[in-house]
Amino acid sequence: MKYNIFSLARNARTYHQDWTRAWRSPEPKPEYEAIIVGGGGHGLATAYYLAKECGVRSVAVLEKGWLGGGNTGRNTTIVRSNYLWDESAAIYEHSVKLWEGLSQDLNFNVMFSQRGLLHLAHTVHDLQEIGRRGHAIWLNGIDSEFLDVDQVREMVPLMNVNGRYPVLGALLQRRGGTARHDAVAWGYARKADEMGVDIIQNCAVTGFDIQNGVVKGVETTRGRIAAKKVGVVAAGHSSVLAEIAGFRMPLESVPLQALVSEPVKPCIDTVIMSNAVHVYLSQSDKGELVVGAGSDAYISYAQRGGFDVLEHIMGPLVELFPFVSRLRMLRQWGGIVDVTVDRSPILSKTPVENLFFNCGWGTGGFKCTPGSGHVFAHSIANGEMHPIAAPFSIDRFHTGALIDEGAAAAVAH
Amino acid sequence: MARSARLAEGGRIDRSKSVRFKFNGESYQGFKGDTLASALLANDVHLIGRSFKYHRPRGIMTAGSEEPNALVQLGEGARTEPNIRATQIEIFEGLTARSQNCWPSVGFDIGAVNSVLSRYLPAGFYYKTFMWPASLWLTYERFIRKAAGLGQAPTEPDPDRYAQHHAHCDVLIAGGGPAGLAAALAAGRSGARVILADEQNEFGGSLLSDAEAEIDGAPALAWVGAALEELRALPEVTILSRTTVTGYYDHNFLTAVERVTDHLDPDAAPPNTPRQRFWKIRAKQTVLAQGAIERPLVFAENDRPGVMLASAVAAYIQRYGVLPGREIVVFTNNDSAYATARLAARAGARVHLVDAREQPPGPLLAEMAALGVETHLGCGVVGVSGTKAIHGVDIAKLTEDEKGLAGPPLQVSADLIAMSGGWNPTVHLFSQSRGTLRYDETLASFVPDKTPQKARCAGSGNGAMMLAECLREGFEAGAAAARDAGFTVETPESPDAPALLDSPPRQIWTVPTVHPLGQGKRKHFLDHQNDVTAADVHLAAREGYLSVEHLKRYTTTGMGTDQGKTSNINALAILSEIRAADIPSVGTTTFRPPYTPAGFGAMSGQAVKDLFEPERGTPMHPWHLANGAVFEDVGDWKRPRYFPRDGEDMHAAVQRECRQVRETVGIMDASTLGKIDIQGKDSGRLLDLVYTNLFSSLKPGRIRYGLMLNEHGMIFDDGVTTCLGVNHYHMNTTTGGAARVLNWLEEWLQTEYPDWEVYCTSVTEQWAVATLSGPKARDVLLAVAPEMALDSDSFSFMTMREGVVAGIPARVFRVSFTGDLSYEINVPARYGRALWEALMAAGAPYAITPYGTESMHVLRAEKGFIIVGQDTDGSVTPRDMGMDWIVSKKKEDFIGKRSFARPDTAREGRKQLVGLLTEDPTFVLPEGAHLVSAVNPAPPMPMIGHVSSSYMSPNVGRSIALGLVKDGRNLMGRQFQVPLMSGRVETVTITEPVFFDKDGERSRG
Amino acid sequence: MLQITCPWCGPRDAVEFHCHGEAHIARPEKPHEISDAEWGDYIFFRKNPKGVHFERWTHDAGCRRWFNAIRNTVTDAFIATYAPTDPIPEIPTDDQGDA
Repeated sequence: MKYNIFSLARNARTYHQDWTRAWRSPEPKPEYEAIIVGGGGHGLATAYYLAKECGVRSVAVLEKGWLGGGNTGRNTTIVRSNYLWDESAAIYEHSVKLWEGLSQDLNFNVMFSQRGLLHLAHTVHDLQEIGRRGHAIWLNGIDSEFLDVDQVREMVPLMNVNGRYPVLGALLQRRGGTARHDAVAWGYARKADEMGVDIIQNCAVTGFDIQNGVVKGVETTRGRIAAKKVGVVAAGHSSVLAEIAGFRMPLESVPLQALVSEPVKPCIDTVIMSNAVHVYLSQSDKGELVVGAGSDAYISYAQRGGFDVLEHIMGPLVELFPFVSRLRMLRQWGGIVDVTVDRSPILSKTPVENLFFNCGWGTGGFKCTPGSGHVFAHSIANGEMHPIAAPFSIDRFHTGALIDEGAAAAVAH
Repeated sequence: MARSARLAEGGRIDRSKSVRFKFNGESYQGFKGDTLASALLANDVHLIGRSFKYHRPRGIMTAGSEEPNALVQLGEGARTEPNIRATQIEIFEGLTARSQNCWPSVGFDIGAVNSVLSRYLPAGFYYKTFMWPASLWLTYERFIRKAAGLGQAPTEPDPDRYAQHHAHCDVLIAGGGPAGLAAALAAGRSGARVILADEQNEFGGSLLSDAEAEIDGAPALAWVGAALEELRALPEVTILSRTTVTGYYDHNFLTAVERVTDHLDPDAAPPNTPRQRFWKIRAKQTVLAQGAIERPLVFAENDRPGVMLASAVAAYIQRYGVLPGREIVVFTNNDSAYATARLAARAGARVHLVDAREQPPGPLLAEMAALGVETHLGCGVVGVSGTKAIHGVDIAKLTEDEKGLAGPPLQVSADLIAMSGGWNPTVHLFSQSRGTLRYDETLASFVPDKTPQKARCAGSGNGAMMLAECLREGFEAGAAAARDAGFTVETPESPDAPALLDSPPRQIWTVPTVHPLGQGKRKHFLDHQNDVTAADVHLAAREGYLSVEHLKRYTTTGMGTDQGKTSNINALAILSEIRAADIPSVGTTTFRPPYTPAGFGAMSGQAVKDLFEPERGTPMHPWHLANGAVFEDVGDWKRPRYFPRDGEDMHAAVQRECRQVRETVGIMDASTLGKIDIQGKDSGRLLDLVYTNLFSSLKPGRIRYGLMLNEHGMIFDDGVTTCLGVNHYHMNTTTGGAARVLNWLEEWLQTEYPDWEVYCTSVTEQWAVATLSGPKARDVLLAVAPEMALDSDSFSFMTMREGVVAGIPARVFRVSFTGDLSYEINVPARYGRALWEALMAAGAPYAITPYGTESMHVLRAEKGFIIVGQDTDGSVTPRDMGMDWIVSKKKEDFIGKRSFARPDTAREGRKQLVGLLTEDPTFVLPEGAHLVSAVNPAPPMPMIGHVSSSYMSPNVGRSIALGLVKDGRNLMGRQFQVPLMSGRVETVTITEPVFFDKDGERSRG
Repeated sequence: MLQITCPWCGPRDAVEFHCHGEAHIARPEKPHEISDAEWGDYIFFRKNPKGVHFERWTHDAGCRRWFNAIRNTVTDAFIATYAPTDPIPEIPTDDQGDA
């Protein structure tokens, strides 16, 4: 059923009794062209683009829990493409362009809000870093502006620009912003389902059927399912699935924490990121301040982290935004993020033929949900990595061709 | 003047202390001991605010921290605070509060148009619309944002102070009701260190509003008083009222917020007292005795101001001496609300009792009859008249299947509804502790099951709803906790407390009304704050949002400031009914900290303003301050960036400083450089491992520059290391890298080569360093170190001499980062300023100038010396930097070497360090600008490199820059374009990265 | 916040420590004799297990010494901590550690 203001009005007359299910709950078939392991945003997007653009309609998405229950529904919803290296800029900008038409494409309002994203510079070194990155982004054809401190103050009047680490300037991406995270998973699920993709929740993959180095299907808690191709999009659990498939990944899974304040009337209109002061902040449409905390440095699969990590950002938060001192934290939570050493993702073939992995998005995968799904779908369909995905191969950890966003910028995502 | 609802007597308020306060600009009077809610009810004010989505009028539903409705904007100006629960704030003289989420007033709110349109705004409506045209989303969103958001954030810095407190205890008890007090007594008597925390201003929990409870034949509050008296006398027991245990983290780490002065007029609060204190507690054992929260009934129009929890009505009558209604309908499905009916009737209200059950216990009915309470059995409330206040209540007989009405509704006149749908144990902290829950059929709610942590539950929070049971569980849990913490204690004998009736409830999750659910005007609210109705749950399920997490996220139920304390179980139960699944299999959403919202101010504690992150300054820092230095932040350090004179800007000051250094002499504070003292017989081996070049061959007194790589082969630090003697070295690191390098050395020593004998000590803070640089540096040094032989033969470049400088024992290192004759003079830190002042005086004849980091950067760039972190970025090798000369060919191995051979690291054409000269010598390229291989009218343009360092050099007489360019060393002399955002395109020529004194004569001379 | 037992200082808050990933990965003795793949595995590839993990920690705000820990990455419970030079402790099969 098409979503629009008319269908909403029409359904209001029938007390909303006639809305249909956003996606079916099918039983798994014995065989598919392609199986996507992981029903988060990236996995659902992969399935959607496989069906929509690659002509692969026999697709199943296997999710061990509920759709979007991993990092898709736990992140701070920031979308941007202002990355330093060409390879990164290419994939993240590819994603932002898809974001820009996503609500219409999916006929589901994902509330992509291009309210602008500021990276603050607090030191001379920060200025050099945003200087290099800002110019690179611009030359890659992506919007990029430098702001002086007065312009920053104008955009965010409630920010304290004269704190312990004064604000010296900022890099602004106006096309950056936020989106409604759950809606992304639901929107992709609904549309993929509409195109025949089977979305199977509560179905955990327990094994891979690998014959002579070629994947032939998966073992699941709901039985064996055959597939010509398998794409694993399992974020924090990628290493676990890789181990089942018989190889290792250059990943560590660590808890990443975030929190929201109680909702208040609009006071922060843009997304603000500060590496030196270790804070990033935005305000949701509901009015909550959404704050990203750091990650614990230890491996954990517990979807929770230590209070010390949270506490570590409280001082910086109040220092940079003194008005929050009298606001209150409503809820904190954690997700498991799979982090690579170069802070860039892995979209890659694996030692097992026809088994593809899409992982390593670390703390910043949400923004690339459409782009990642799109290029991964094409890679699976063609059996060759999409040109935008190719640099993100696992091979780079052997050749040395890292895409080191971490070292270059020390950027929190 | 509205009528007073204050009873003539009773309550725990202090009637001798009248308190005046303002709500929505009107002045009211209450008593000390009132909450804002009880004081407003006493003044017959029921309309408090508007709901989140539909802007429906809302009143007070509870008497505690679970309140979803009665949120107010408290205070004004810098002290204003949004979303404060009227049920929790204690009034003080001069308190001001106002309604939020309404305009122009709570009585007439424009936003209430949403309520009229509510039919078009079901759960998740915004996912289905606002999509056309795409460009208008930001406009739609602006209105959506304005409509959302409840109260207003302050706009000024917080004038109040906060404190943090670290505590260790044997037993932490969360909750000071009967179970918590009993646990505290049992544990406290053992001598264990106990912390007892309760969120209220008084201990006693539910007993504070219980008119009938008795313990050992006396009123229960007498027992509470005696218990507190005993606990106060125990030296190891800490009693914290107004303290909410907010979080239960791993390994028995808990957090709590103590509201120290929130109940006082801020202008009259005691001095030197924080407003709130944030507790971080590591407890050996915990007892969770948080009690239970009454469950609302989901009936038509159950959100009207005047619909309250039955327990809240009891609390207002018994604890606060307020009768919130004259004509009260008690609507219940269980026995507990009969106590409210009794209290209300005795206080003079006309009471109707509606019990969903056909046959409540006879004694209760007899009592009701005796009190003149009219009872309606097997009935439900099926409608409410009035919007901003209740005028009447529709009562109807329910069908046996609970799906419909068995007869026409009867309207009774009423101004208050007291509802009880049963009780939910407060399992939040237990669940946060990773505890699993078990569904209790009788309670129709979840109770604690197992936790991996050292926690116990007791009382109604554990599902024990009878007082005697609460006490017994409390004593047992307290004693067991103390025993497990290593103390010896007997479990005290539990006192006698007569049980009230406790017959089974009739669990009706949705009370039917005159029209099918969601198909008429009457709404059944679940989440009162977020305006989520039972029909919304049905809609979500219809659309496939069947997981409890999907339900929550799609409808927003339980996502308000109360986090669904009153709504979650009802939502879950309705979803279970729809799915025809049992409640446990549907599961709950995850309980996350904090239990109730915790202030960011409290959590940041003292770590704000000047104490946010301490500044590091060198021993010379006061001199820099006194002499007008402009500082930059480098790590925690404040380093002088330049020393302006007479209104100079940075450019003028830097040009002057740089010229002066090359002409005569300058002085720089280099104390911040990292310094590591390395000793032991394997020191040389360690240096050979971590540096690319050979150090073990270095002779005492000699200095060598080294590059440090990570195992990927990428540069991560540099500096000079001096051989002080046999197996004794002094290593310099970059300012920012000092800690990282020390950790790096220790990592290899402790984990990979524990048999090596090497001792590394950070001595950064032990030495103050003044660097003299310039052709007259020797003359200045000679003036203050007449006994040192400074001629080039006696004290050559890259050597170190010990001696006396300005009367201070010193190590003088002849190294140079400016490329001019330089001496880095190290003295014990306490003499730093004396040294500095002596050198300034000795340099006066040469017009010595202090120079800062900016001039240092210019001077080193003139020489093509790199700065790690500016000219490198973690992705460059020594070869990329043109520093092959420093990579030992002799050493078989060093850290990072193996990575050079990887295909990508070994390939030709990587980005390499070069010099860049602009066509326009007066133009300084912005750092971070890029060279392109082709200029297009607009981006994209293919980049081939970037500018890493760029300055105006007074000594070269033009702008200079360093950069990293693909295959740069094979492009010498070639010209490329640097397009800038301004539209300017500058042409640059690629050169060697040395612009001044290319032969290096000056530093060696 | 975890509580970690430093082998030298005893139990302390996690805020005093830093974790450095998987333990017992020896640096290849002759790096130049192994393949790029083996070298890459050494630097970058990790077990990252869901369950029992051997890992390295430093007591930064205490004795500044490195040590190893055995921890369950699901429960975050420590099963043992030991000095880098100690033999690897045996794990009782049923030991899920202290939560």
